[in-house]
Formats: sequence, structure tokens, C-alpha cells
Amino acid sequence: MFIVKHRKIFITISTILMALSLGAIGYFGLNVGIDFRGGSLAEVEYTGELPSQEVVKEKLASLGFGEILIQQIGTQGYSLKMRPLSETERQTLIGALGSNAVEKSFTSIGPSVGEELVRKSILSFILVALGIIFFIAFSFRKVSKPVSSWKYGLIAVTTLIHDIIIPVGAFAVLSHFYGTEVDTLFVVAILTILGLSVSDTIVVFDRIRENIHGGSSTSFEEKVGKSLEQVFTRSIATSFTVIVVLLALVFFGPESTKVFAMMLTAGMFFGTYSSIFLASPLLVLIERSQKKA
Amino acid sequence: MLSNRMIKTRITALLIVLLGIGIGFFVYKSELSHQNIPTGETPVGFAKYPFKLGLDLSGGTHLVYRADVSVVAQNEIKDSMNALRDVIERRVNTFGVAEPVIAVQNGGFSNAGEERLIVDLPGVTDVKKAVEMIGQTPSLDFRVENPNKNAKQEFTLSENGEITLDPSFGFVKTELTGRFLDKAILEFNQTTGEPIVALQFDEEGSKLFEKITRENVGKSVAIFLDGQAISVPTVNEAISGGRAQISGSFTPQEAKLLVGRLNSGALPVPIELISTQTIGPSLGSQATQAGVKASLVGFLAIALFLIVWYRLPGVIAVIALSLYTATMLALFKFIPVTLTAAGIAGFIISIGIAVDANVLIFERIKEELRNGHSIAEAIKNGFGRAWLSIRDSNFSSMITAVILFWFGTPLIQGFALTFLLGVIVSMVSAISVSRLFLVSLNITKTTKLTQFLFGSGFSNAKK
Repeated sequence: MFIVKHRKIFITISTILMALSLGAIGYFGLNVGIDFRGGSLAEVEYTGELPSQEVVKEKLASLGFGEILIQQIGTQGYSLKMRPLSETERQTLIGALGSNAVEKSFTSIGPSVGEELVRKSILSFILVALGIIFFIAFSFRKVSKPVSSWKYGLIAVTTLIHDIIIPVGAFAVLSHFYGTEVDTLFVVAILTILGLSVSDTIVVFDRIRENIHGGSSTSFEEKVGKSLEQVFTRSIATSFTVIVVLLALVFFGPESTKVFAMMLTAGMFFGTYSSIFLASPLLVLIERSQKKA
Repeated sequence: MLSNRMIKTRITALLIVLLGIGIGFFVYKSELSHQNIPTGETPVGFAKYPFKLGLDLSGGTHLVYRADVSVVAQNEIKDSMNALRDVIERRVNTFGVAEPVIAVQNGGFSNAGEERLIVDLPGVTDVKKAVEMIGQTPSLDFRVENPNKNAKQEFTLSENGEITLDPSFGFVKTELTGRFLDKAILEFNQTTGEPIVALQFDEEGSKLFEKITRENVGKSVAIFLDGQAISVPTVNEAISGGRAQISGSFTPQEAKLLVGRLNSGALPVPIELISTQTIGPSLGSQATQAGVKASLVGFLAIALFLIVWYRLPGVIAVIALSLYTATMLALFKFIPVTLTAAGIAGFIISIGIAVDANVLIFERIKEELRNGHSIAEAIKNGFGRAWLSIRDSNFSSMITAVILFWFGTPLIQGFALTFLLGVIVSMVSAISVSRLFLVSLNITKTTKLTQFLFGSGFSNAKK
């Protein structure tokens, strides 16, 4: 009941967080990686002493590859980013770096491949969102009183947007200070957050549905409050297990999935938060405003 | 005296545990044996089932080619692409790459209508050689005179006054390409001793060739190899039987080389490399080790939480979870699922989700106990009522996984597949297997001990 009583506070907190995140995204922007932009990325490691960035830049300047962005990796290597390179150009690049440079990995993505990825990402996002709305509206179709089933779907989508925007906002801050880039895993993370956070919202809605069917004389608001109390432990526990496992990934897992796991952790956390502190308060708010109308 | 039903339940539970141990043993043994094979020998027995590692874990090269199907009839595109795939595969196999993956990506909405060929070469780090070898497959096609050949032709004027004409302007492509070539033979002209490359077309090619020659009697038909005209004979008469000869200005060496290239597979359609990716093997093994470590840590952490918080049901859950893990790993080996770093992440996450189902069930059981049911009833009701929640919440994860799988790149598909499999198998294991174990314990009395064992967290199960 505590949560439902103070619903205005919690809704406000969420709104503030969302606004902050949107601000961060707008202000810091997101670094888009070569997966989407197209371009090439070479990671080289130097045996012996690491030459300075200026030296490396000089060596590569005469190759005519346009602007090259050099970033240091660890203590012994650099990552080099530039326009897409053909196979022969890549060989020229590596050759020009000298014999003490070892190529650890290389990726070159033509612009058409990148564009296609952008298109696919947007489409997948829309599909997942739609799929979820329909699924919720369908599974809650018998719960038309007092709030119609598609409104449950709408609330779910609102909480989903909340669940995504905040991790992305955090990512924007990260990308500004650490240069982390948006790549395919980023998109996968967002889509996964969609899927996972909805599960949690469903757990709460399920219980509300059950209590509504129970049909006692208590008000809608009270029923929602009671449902929250009943599912509180369970909701936290299920999210807790996934977060534990994600943290294992963040701290012990492969480099390439670290940021991915971090985003998922944030998404999971806010997913749970939103299911408990946002979805139900919104539900009550809607019921209230319906009553007034 | 135990009822028959209870005996059956207990035996089934025992069998399942034994099965799980068997699976676990199999997984363990197959990995071990695989690592102990001396290179070059064929794996036998257990070692036949190693984990299939994606490029980002094994190291290797990933190439994406775009195929030019502009002259291919719409309904033949699929066949051409498959023929292309076969030719490249033959080439790659002679290069001796272990388990290459060569796949066609048909044009469609997701591809911007482009026909693509994906070539994955695990363990190959000499990209230069790989690309050369693949790229060398010659592209052969036959062209006829451009009916507009007397029209104005575009040319480019370079800085120092040179004019470049497009030499292929005079000719227009036909449907006849290297795809229809059966074989090429080196022959020598009877009179002059000149080397000749004789081409033999397959049945369809022969028909096409006859049509082209019949329609162009008295005109030139050009033979283009890799975009260059190598021979432009004038057609004297319609030629049936599908034999063509390319003669003139070859040295015997050149002719021999050409025959060899043509035979090893003229490319049905020309290809262009649009994307490459190489991952060094050290990066790959680092990622693998980290992945395994994270899996272990994650599993142990969850097991700890389950036992400490949920006590007896928790122990059961851990056993079911172990079975789940063993089954998943075995599935990865048998299907086989190509594991990538993201795939391992998907697997780890699915472990977390597998536990979710158990948590839902246990919380329900607690609630039933709180409402005054006996332990046996609570278990029964708990499983029954929780199923709806489990189904709904896993369903949304499955929708996401399916869409992710369509989304595409092998990296993402790896994640989506392990995730989806994980969700499905975990539902089965949490509901059927856990329940079986719990029921087989046959706890009928509610004593202080059972209250403790079925309690959770900081409280005991209330009467």
C-alpha cells in the first residue's frame, strides 16, 4: 500500500530520471561504431616499446586513407579507425606500421552493410515492441474492468520506454567519458532488456489480475496495493538472480561482452524498479482519472 | 508402506539424476578427448563432439561478398547463388581450412535486395592468402554485340589528356556465363600447334550457346574473363552440342593455367568483397576462458543464493539447475550450436532465468503454506498456479529471442539461439524435474524440521 499511496512521488522520480537520461543523450550524444557507420577498425599490439601516437600518425599520413582515429588500448596497443579498407589497403596499413606491430584483429565494414544493420535494428525494435503490446493485451483480455486490457499494454510499453532510456542515458555518459561505442551488441542489449523487463511487469500484472478476479469489495487501489505486497519478494528475487549472473559476466566475462552485460544489468535493475514502482502507480492513476471522467 | 505411485515417482527421479550425471560425464569427456587429439588425426568416439566455436572465440576470418546477379533471370538467382557457394567451398576446402562456413544470404528486405555470400574461415589468419585464393576464381561470360554500338560512347578525360574508353562498351552481356560450364580442356590446333582452350557446356549451357550463335551469325561474340575480353571470334554458323573453342595468342603456359582456373570453378556470378573481419587467436582464447569463468562464477553464486535462501527446495533447484546446465551443454554439442562470446552471455543469462521459474514456484509454495495448506498440497498448488506466470513471463523473452534470431548477424544469432534454447529447456526442467524431485521426497508431515526446510530467508514456513 505504501507504494500505491505515494504513487505521485514514485512517478515523479521516474520522470526525473528519464528527463536526465534524455538530456544526457541529447547533450553527450552517442558514439556510433563502425557496425553502423561503416569503416574499418584495426587493433594492433606492439612488441617492445609503444611508439607515441604522433609517430604512428606520421607513418600513416602518407597512405592516403583519410582521417585516422588512434586510441590506446591497454599499455601495448592501439586501435585505429578509418574508412573501409580493401584487402590490399589493409596489407599496406599493417606493413606501414612496422615489424614490431602485430595485428590482433581487423574489421572492415562497407557502408551498405552498415546501413542494412541500422534498418534491421529499427525494425527489430518495432517488432519486439509490437509483439509485447499484443501479447499483454491478449493475455489480459479478460480483465476489462475497471481498466481495459489494452491500457495494461500501454502502461507496459511506457515502463519499457523508461527501462530503456535510463540505461541508454547512462551509456551516453559512459560513451562521452570512455569513448564506448554503439555496436550491434548495444542493440541486442536493448532488445533483450525489452524482453526481460516485460517478464517482471507481467509478474506484477498477473497478481493484480488474480486479485481483481477475486472480486472482493475492496477498492481497485487497495487491490493493487495488496498485489504489490504479495509479489514484492518474488519480483526482487527473480531479478536478483539474473542480475547476479550478469554481474558475473561484467566482472569475469569476455571483454567484448562487458559493456553489453553492464547495460543489461542496468536494464534489469530499472526493469524491476519500474514494474513495482512505476507500472502499478500508473495503473491506479489511470483508474482514478477514469473514475473522474 | 509407500504407494505404487510414490515408488514410480522415486524411480523416475533417480533415473533422471543418473541421466544427468551421464550427460555431464559425456560433456566432460568429449571436451577432454578433443583437446588431446594429435593434430591431423580424425576424432573418434567422444572426441567427435567438441564445442563448435564461433570466430570471435576461435579466431579466424569473416568475409562478406556481394554477388552481381544483374544478368541472372529472377527464378535462377537461387540456383546461381548455390552454385557460387559450391564453387567457393571447393576452393576453400583445397586450402585445407578446418570447418569453414560458407553461406548464402539471399536478397530480401533485410539485405537491401543484395545477394551475399558469407565465408567464415576459423583459424585462418592469413587473410591475404584467403582473399586471393577466393578472389582468383575466374568469372567467365559471353557477350554479344551491343546493338547500339554506333551510338555515342562516354569516355573519361584524365588530367594529362588521356582518353579512356570502356572497352566493354561494344558488348552486351548474355545469359551464358561460367555457371553453365562443364569443363575446359587443353587442346592443340592440329595444323598450327597453337594451344586452344576448349569449353564444354552442360545441357542448358549448350542450348543457350546454340541460341546465341544462331542469333549472331556473321557478328562477333566476345568471351570475357574477369571483365576482360580474351577472345572475340566471329560466328560462322549456329553451334550446337555446346563446344566452344578459345584460340589465339595463348602461350601453352597461359592456356594450361586458364584451363586449370576454369576447371576449378568458373564463378557463376562475379563477386565483390564488401566486408572483412579478422580476429587473432589469442583474443579468441582469452574470450573463451573469460566466458567459462563467468559461467562458473554465475552458477555458483546462484546455487549459493538458492540453498541459503530457499533451503530444501533450493537444494532441489540446484540439482535441477545442474541437470539443466548439463543438458544445455550437450545440446550445444549435438545440434551443434556455434558458440560466440554473445552466445555464452545468452547461456549465462538463461541460467539466471531458469532459476526465475523455480523462484516463482517456491514463492507460491510459501504463500500456500502461509494460507494454511499442508506441505503436499502447497507443493501441488504452488506448481499449478505458478505455471501461468512462468508461461507469460518466459513468452516475452521468447518473442525477443525469435526476433533477435531473424535480426541476423551470426554473432547475434548465437546469442538468440542459446537464449531461446535456454528459456525453453529451463521451463521444462524447472517445472517437471523440480516438481518430480520435490514430490518424490514425500514429505507429508509438518514438523519443525520441515517448517525450517521449506521456509526461506529469515523466516520459517508458518503453519
